Amino acid sequence: MIELITNQPIIAALVALGLLALFFGALLGFASVQFKVEGDPIVEQLDSLLPQTQCGQCGYPGCRPYAEQIAQGDEINKCPPGGQTTVEAIAELMGVEAPQLDSGGAESADIKRVAVIREDECIGCTKCIQACPMDAILGAAKQMHTVISDECTGCDLCVEPCPVDCIDMLPIPVTLQNWAWQKPNPNIIATDNPQHQAA
Amino acid sequence: MSFISQSSPHAHATNSTQKVMLTVAAATTPGFIALVYFFGVGVIINLALAIIFSLALEALVLYLRKRPIKFYLSDCSALVTAILLGLALPPYSPWWLIFVGCIFSIVVAKQLYGGLGFNPFNPAMIGYVVLLISFPVNMTLWTAPVGFANAPSLAEAFSSVFLNAPLDGYTGATPLDAFKQSQGETVAEIYQNESIFSDAVIAGAGWEWVNLGFLLGGLFLLWRKIFSWHAPVAMLVTLTVCSFLFYNGGSDSGAPVLTHLLSGATMLGAFFIITDPVSSAVSQKGRLIFGACIGLLVFMIRHFGNYPDAIAFAVLLMNFAAPFIDYYTLPRSYGHNKSRRATEKVDV
Amino acid sequence: MTAKPITTELIATSAQHARKIFPIAGGVHPPQNKSQSLQRPLVSARLPEKVILPLAQHIGAPAKPLVAVGERVLTGQLVAEAKGFVSANIHASISGTVESIEELPIPHPSGLTGPCIIIHSDGKDEKAAQDECENYMELGREELIEKIRSAGLIGMGGAGFPTSVKLAGQAPIEHLIINGTECEPYITADDILMRNYPYEIIHGVELLAHLLGNPKDIVIGLEENKPEALAALRDAAMGTNIQVVSFPCQYPSGGEKQLIQRLTGKEVPSGKLPIHVGAVVQNIGTTYSAYRAVRYGEPLIKRITTIVGDALEHSGNIEARIGTPVSDLLDQFGFKAKKSSQLIMGGPMMGFVIPNADVPVLKTTNCIIAPSKKEMPPVTPAQACIRCGMCAEACPAQLLPQQLYWYARSDDHEKLLTHNLFDCIECGACSYVCPSHIPLVQYYRAAKGAIRTEREEKAKSDRSRKRFEFKQERIAKAEAEKEAKRLARQKAAQEAKKKLEEQKAQSGSSEATPTKPAAPKVEDERARLERTLASAQTRLESAKNKHQEAVAENSDRVEQLAAKVKQAETRVEDAKSKLAALKTAPANTSADNSQVSAPTSSSTDADNPVEKAIAKAMAKQSMSPYEKVKSSVESLTNRLEKAQQKHAQAVSDSGDNIDALALGVEKLKEKLDAAQQELKELAPDEPSKEAAQKEELDPAQAAIEKAKAKALAKQSMSPYEKAQSSVESLTNRLEKAQQKHAQAVSDGSENVDALALGVEKLKEKLNAAQQELKELAPKEPAKEADQKEELDPAQAAIERAKAKAAANAQLTPKEKLANQIESLKTRIGKAQIKYDTAVEENSDNQEALSLGLNKLKQKLEATEKELAELEE
Repeated sequence: MIELITNQPIIAALVALGLLALFFGALLGFASVQFKVEGDPIVEQLDSLLPQTQCGQCGYPGCRPYAEQIAQGDEINKCPPGGQTTVEAIAELMGVEAPQLDSGGAESADIKRVAVIREDECIGCTKCIQACPMDAILGAAKQMHTVISDECTGCDLCVEPCPVDCIDMLPIPVTLQNWAWQKPNPNIIATDNPQHQAA
Repeated sequence: MSFISQSSPHAHATNSTQKVMLTVAAATTPGFIALVYFFGVGVIINLALAIIFSLALEALVLYLRKRPIKFYLSDCSALVTAILLGLALPPYSPWWLIFVGCIFSIVVAKQLYGGLGFNPFNPAMIGYVVLLISFPVNMTLWTAPVGFANAPSLAEAFSSVFLNAPLDGYTGATPLDAFKQSQGETVAEIYQNESIFSDAVIAGAGWEWVNLGFLLGGLFLLWRKIFSWHAPVAMLVTLTVCSFLFYNGGSDSGAPVLTHLLSGATMLGAFFIITDPVSSAVSQKGRLIFGACIGLLVFMIRHFGNYPDAIAFAVLLMNFAAPFIDYYTLPRSYGHNKSRRATEKVDV
Repeated sequence: MTAKPITTELIATSAQHARKIFPIAGGVHPPQNKSQSLQRPLVSARLPEKVILPLAQHIGAPAKPLVAVGERVLTGQLVAEAKGFVSANIHASISGTVESIEELPIPHPSGLTGPCIIIHSDGKDEKAAQDECENYMELGREELIEKIRSAGLIGMGGAGFPTSVKLAGQAPIEHLIINGTECEPYITADDILMRNYPYEIIHGVELLAHLLGNPKDIVIGLEENKPEALAALRDAAMGTNIQVVSFPCQYPSGGEKQLIQRLTGKEVPSGKLPIHVGAVVQNIGTTYSAYRAVRYGEPLIKRITTIVGDALEHSGNIEARIGTPVSDLLDQFGFKAKKSSQLIMGGPMMGFVIPNADVPVLKTTNCIIAPSKKEMPPVTPAQACIRCGMCAEACPAQLLPQQLYWYARSDDHEKLLTHNLFDCIECGACSYVCPSHIPLVQYYRAAKGAIRTEREEKAKSDRSRKRFEFKQERIAKAEAEKEAKRLARQKAAQEAKKKLEEQKAQSGSSEATPTKPAAPKVEDERARLERTLASAQTRLESAKNKHQEAVAENSDRVEQLAAKVKQAETRVEDAKSKLAALKTAPANTSADNSQVSAPTSSSTDADNPVEKAIAKAMAKQSMSPYEKVKSSVESLTNRLEKAQQKHAQAVSDSGDNIDALALGVEKLKEKLDAAQQELKELAPDEPSKEAAQKEELDPAQAAIEKAKAKALAKQSMSPYEKAQSSVESLTNRLEKAQQKHAQAVSDGSENVDALALGVEKLKEKLNAAQQELKELAPKEPAKEADQKEELDPAQAAIERAKAKAAANAQLTPKEKLANQIESLKTRIGKAQIKYDTAVEENSDNQEALSLGLNKLKQKLEATEKELAELEE
């Protein structure tokens, strides 16, 4: 047997290659079973970076679908509620240059807002309740509705369906509980001041 | 609410950046006096020109950058840079040399990087190195330390500085030059042959005193707590250890320990250059490493390299490494078992 | 009680107080400035005219007020009680009447307002009953802690953490450390307290030690600049196991963590509490107050505060009632407002600027500094950081302040965490030494706030995701249930069909074609499809409208809406094609035939249940709605009974169609319910119909009456027609109501709301009627074909949608626009008023209001433009 192999180097090489192929095939097979990747983790990660307002301003029905689309190669700057910080976070995750936020003329995301129902004007039509992706509006048919402001993400999806226009998006008021120090203004020079530059 | 209040503390130490800079400038006095005493009026002209050029350039760039000129000039950082550059250049240097040096120090190395606090490299050393590489002849033309009385007269000095008239009769090798150029001779032979060692045997006439002057100034700054002891001590100790290890009793041209310590720009570098906080490492541990590496580099370049002195190169090389050192030398904070690395990710 | 003179021998020889002092890192030595306020003895403040008691003076939940405005309260009476575990009681510090409970500026770095109870003094200072207790050491631990809790005690050093919470822990304590350090410049309140009440303090320490299970190491720590206090305390501590030690001054050795390190050499692990190293730290003032609370039942209503500064005639310490306005105290020290630059509550290193002197003294207020402009000049602008490293040397937490500064400036939160930002105790040592005068602490505070907000937002977004996913799940479930029901119905129908066939096979009757029994099913399907189509069309219409609007407004949602329109279109197409497919199916045709022929051939095979049913339906047609419904209720009841019998039979036989039968029963019950409901609704109408000639109440009623009369007149009129006519009349009424409403809106009438409600109600009725119509429609396909010119349900729905959107569907576009402009104008007027008041009150929502106002104005402009275009 050994003689045969030594006498026939081509066969020996073929046998060796075959064995190697078998071995590595088995290894790969084992690895694919053992280290199976569940789902698409990049989508999970992207989803966790998005603000979860489910507002659809990106053009997709919710944050997760947008995360999936980003994973497919969509632009990463379509999330106005997340603001530039979210764009930057996604850019870092994806390892790309952070583009400018495409707010599409939407109101600045810097000021966080929540929906507030002018309750005396509410007619209890439940349209906003159906529109709210967070289930953050309480109420029943013909009963006054109200927003659970802690759960409201400020997606403003409830504003449009309201037949009597009684929903306002108001900035979250500063209270003793949520107040925080502001960074000192580092621009001691007038020309460094953005307002001045704009003028 | 539009009410914006200033955060505590409401009391401040009377310290200020301006005071720090002026103290540093003042601390160069002993070294400056020694230089003037041995090299003559050229040192004063050097310094004056460097200061004038630097302040003017700083003001010009601030004007172009639309910054308040007075506010930034008053921090006196340009003054210190000018003094250090002026002291490092050979006396009686032509005015344009100083001017080019100031341009690279103030405009390129400092203001183009964003001004004080943002420069990754020591501005004075950038100016110095640019000149050293671009104009090696001018930069090695040191006059001999013949003493104030025998030094070039004021007229000769002015013609040298402004008319480019050579000062042939006065030039001489520096001690480190002497060692570099006398490869193959023993230390004893060098001491015997080189005129510079005729009056002093440790590190060459005059140079010992100049270095001792800067040492004095440095100790004054240490006493005033302008900087911490870590970097200078680390540098000097490393330099001492290295030169001691490589000194084999004078049987070759390797310079003895004291020559290393007291010649060239050793003390100026140790107390005035590497202690520039902006471009050095941050933590105490980091500054120890920073200083030690500079000491090592200085010795290696002096001993093995082509240049007689090496402070500027060593400092600039370690400026590169400073952020890297910072990354690995975070101090152990209160309530933590061990120090962290700046690259660590923390989830709280 | 006056302090004893210092006896050096006592200090030197006292082995009791020998203790190793450990070094702490960093620290600074600011000028002490303590002598100013120590020149005069402690005085009691005059009774303030009113006190302001903020409900949140402590860490934790604000207290809940217990008194009503106008109520008379006594000194020491509980006026607000702790809400939750980490909270504290608040007591009236004077007797008088509760003037108000309102939002007032409170001492807080934010300068915000907070809820306060304001008590107006009656000048009597009448005390509420206090529960004295001489043998308090014999009381149980719980009882003692309860006493301390009810006295409203909080940490009086600055943080204001409820004391009882700190004492309630069960962990074994090794060190009880009483903090008499007072390392901040200017403040001498604790010094004075220790000099004046050493015995009370020692009793207090013993009490705390007792509560903490008598730890073996009990120590009072002082900085060495208080020799008199030290001597007094050592004197008082004679014979106890309490150590009184002093150590060199070094700000901030009075920080809790620093003090523990100084006295025990232990470091509290990052993010942990002192209890982790077996230590509890209590402020000296808290210790004193704890003793007073337990021994004399005295609630925390006054405290010693240092009033100091060059803007005062003299400085000193004063025992002030909690809630006394700062101005009242300053007056007693000859405050010169002109000289003062600012007012600082707390020390110069960690205190904060108060907006004005009207804010009250809190339980935690240990000092008020009124410096002159020379003493504390306004801050100079920050220069560039030169990385000198002085801050790092000063930092007691051994952080790298300048690195933190760079990262805070660039909002690099990750790096800030790596550099242990949250170990910063905000002592201010770094800012103090900074030669460039950079407000470092403010950067750290801002960064901490930003990181906290970020975390909260992250938590919120995680919660939001869960809620969203839950909602989607719920919707999916509901839909799945619907689908399951539909399938079950289908199955039941099939089974019924099978049974029918079997019956037929048994009876030998072969007339009925197999397609016939299938008809109802197909009908069902068709009805469903038609409904789908209708709703899809409505959706399409509304989507188109929205899209047009968006295009007109050049909104950014155009694309999105365009996509929606397209989607809706495909849905309509889909529904249409399905419907068409169904119509062309032969089964359908035959079903149609059978249905169409049904009315004509009234005498058909009575054996055929379908035919029978049709006959019954025919009979129903001639009845009045009321009668009709009544009979249908009856028949349903019958059917239900039968179905139930069948079901019972199946159950007893354990037949395999139990489920289907059960479902059938269920369905019948539902139908019955619906029918009964209808019957009820119709019942009141019935009498009025019978008395048809009664005077007509209103035009709408008349219209209905007319419609009914018509219905009666036309005997052959089918339910479908009836429903249609009722829809028509309702539509008329709705239109009229809407006109009225629009009128009311434009007139700004008071009963707009009422009218709007009316409109809404009518809409609902109309909806119901239309629903009925739709349901009826498939049963009358022939009729439907005849009445093509009438509005079909889908069209009606579209109309309705349009009507809803503009609330005046019947008006010409011009009028519509004019109405819109009118209403917009009124809304703008209202918004303007709101905005103006907001501006006047400098309210927070100015911005929002001005935004809303602008939006309205833009809308108005757009509408006006549209109108102008129309007029051209």
